[in-house]
Amino acid sequence: MSRLFEDVSLRGAVLLVALFAGLLVMPRFAGDYLLTVLILILYFAYVGQAWNVMMGFAGQLSLGHALYVGVGAYTAAALFIKFGIAPWIGVLLAVPLAVACGAVIGFLAFRFGVAGVYFAILTIAFAEFFRIGFDHFSWVGGSAGYFLPVAQYTQNDLWRLRGNPTMFYYIILAMTAALLVLCRLLLSSRLGYYWLAIREDEEAALALGIDAFRYKMIAVILSAGLTAPAGVFFAFYYNNLFPEQVFHISRSIELILAPIIGGIGTLFGPILGAFLLTGLAESLTNMLHAFGVETPGAKQVFYGVCLLAVIVFLPHGIWPPLRRALGLGPRDEPH
Amino acid sequence: MAPLLEVDGISKRFRGLRAVDDVRFAVREGEICALIGPNGAGKTTCFNVIAGVFPSDGGEVRLGSERIDGRRPDQTCKAGIGRTFQLVKPFVGLSVLDNVVIGALNACRTVPQARDRARDVIEMLGLSPKRDAPASALTLPERKRLEVARALATKPRILLLDEVMAGLRPTETDQMVSLFRKLNTDTGLTILLIEHVMRAVMALSRHVVVLHHGQVIADGSPEQVTRDPAVLECYLGEEVQ
Repeated sequence: MSRLFEDVSLRGAVLLVALFAGLLVMPRFAGDYLLTVLILILYFAYVGQAWNVMMGFAGQLSLGHALYVGVGAYTAAALFIKFGIAPWIGVLLAVPLAVACGAVIGFLAFRFGVAGVYFAILTIAFAEFFRIGFDHFSWVGGSAGYFLPVAQYTQNDLWRLRGNPTMFYYIILAMTAALLVLCRLLLSSRLGYYWLAIREDEEAALALGIDAFRYKMIAVILSAGLTAPAGVFFAFYYNNLFPEQVFHISRSIELILAPIIGGIGTLFGPILGAFLLTGLAESLTNMLHAFGVETPGAKQVFYGVCLLAVIVFLPHGIWPPLRRALGLGPRDEPH
Repeated sequence: MAPLLEVDGISKRFRGLRAVDDVRFAVREGEICALIGPNGAGKTTCFNVIAGVFPSDGGEVRLGSERIDGRRPDQTCKAGIGRTFQLVKPFVGLSVLDNVVIGALNACRTVPQARDRARDVIEMLGLSPKRDAPASALTLPERKRLEVARALATKPRILLLDEVMAGLRPTETDQMVSLFRKLNTDTGLTILLIEHVMRAVMALSRHVVVLHHGQVIADGSPEQVTRDPAVLECYLGEEVQ
């Protein structure tokens, strides 16, 4: 525990607890619509954080994280539909499968010196490969989609993840909080220091005795494995999976926006980014709707503008300057 | 005393260029040895072969009783080689302390131990006032000291310094010299340094190896090599008759 709160100022701890407490009691006050927006926000905070392990900490750019979401989603959904296996068990197979995918990509790239943009392209290629593959994989519906049985549930069935938004809200809240704690512990560990060294300068990291190949592999594997549960959540929350959507590159891009806007490599950036982006985008959609304007691409344009603004004015994301402005801890992470 | 580092006939060719050609020399335990030579003589390539950045095209490198040629840089570091880079490579996104902690993790079992060790090393190099500053905020002389601190924190058996005095003012050079001399006498640290600043070479080393066109042309005490006609010729050119 001491390591968890080391370097966190009192003000930071108070704000964090207040935020968490606020989110805990939220379902008592929020309507179903607001709750679904919050679920979406927390979902993006979670996958953004998982992606951040690879890019933010270890400096390896993945533009194919939809792959791990999709593998997680399809694995758990197939086990549930075909064999009646609950998602809590399903996730135990979903994670190793996503890890295996990550390991193959990581091994190919790092063993053969594929780095930077070329590494990113490799991650896209694998995600695309799975998208096309699943389009023709009729065992799980192929391009026609794969559907979980939907019915009106009067009671929440936590074991089989069938229920109302409140249940899903608490699950994704717990997942996001747990991942934040895990990332915090990782970052202050030997592993975290080694990742930062590799991200900053791989040659210098090697000269300091760091086996870069090994630690980059760990980053990819962990990031993939952590992303998969989000896929399981996605499948059971939305109840339908289409390869065209789940594995599509736009999904991969979408899930990295929150950490980019919030601050790559920071612990709180992905969470802040998810709140800002999804929150603002939803309000924008509603506002346009209220004015009677139906523009299907408005959200994407909005994302684009936000991204441009942040890249131009706050290249390290919104969180680092905000953290300074709030007078929070000196060493939360990169500067 | 027995040699700590033995370089035994290493060579490195880059296509047609023989950057390092059958180089042999030995550095004794506790010694400060300087590797000098004109630009392009192959000094940094020699370092890179020793540290495992490039595989040697032949020959052996031994550290103590261990053969370390053919190992990767992280493995030679584990074996006891600490090195700095001619073009400094600080982790600019991290604080000075975190930079050194990463080096210290090589020598320490836990992160808190590494932090303690890093603080000590930072103190030793006079970087304490900048400890929590981002490395990007350091001046070049400070970056050079950070480079040394990071390598030193790995607890090397031999420290390879690649032109850490270049670009420093004379007073700063003198500070560095006294620091290395202190390290050498206090902890018995063995140092192999590449240096152009002769003021530092003469003040520090008892043993000088001169490289020219990738070959060793002189090996001996500073007095011996500075009188060596081959050395004079490569630095100053032939005497006009």
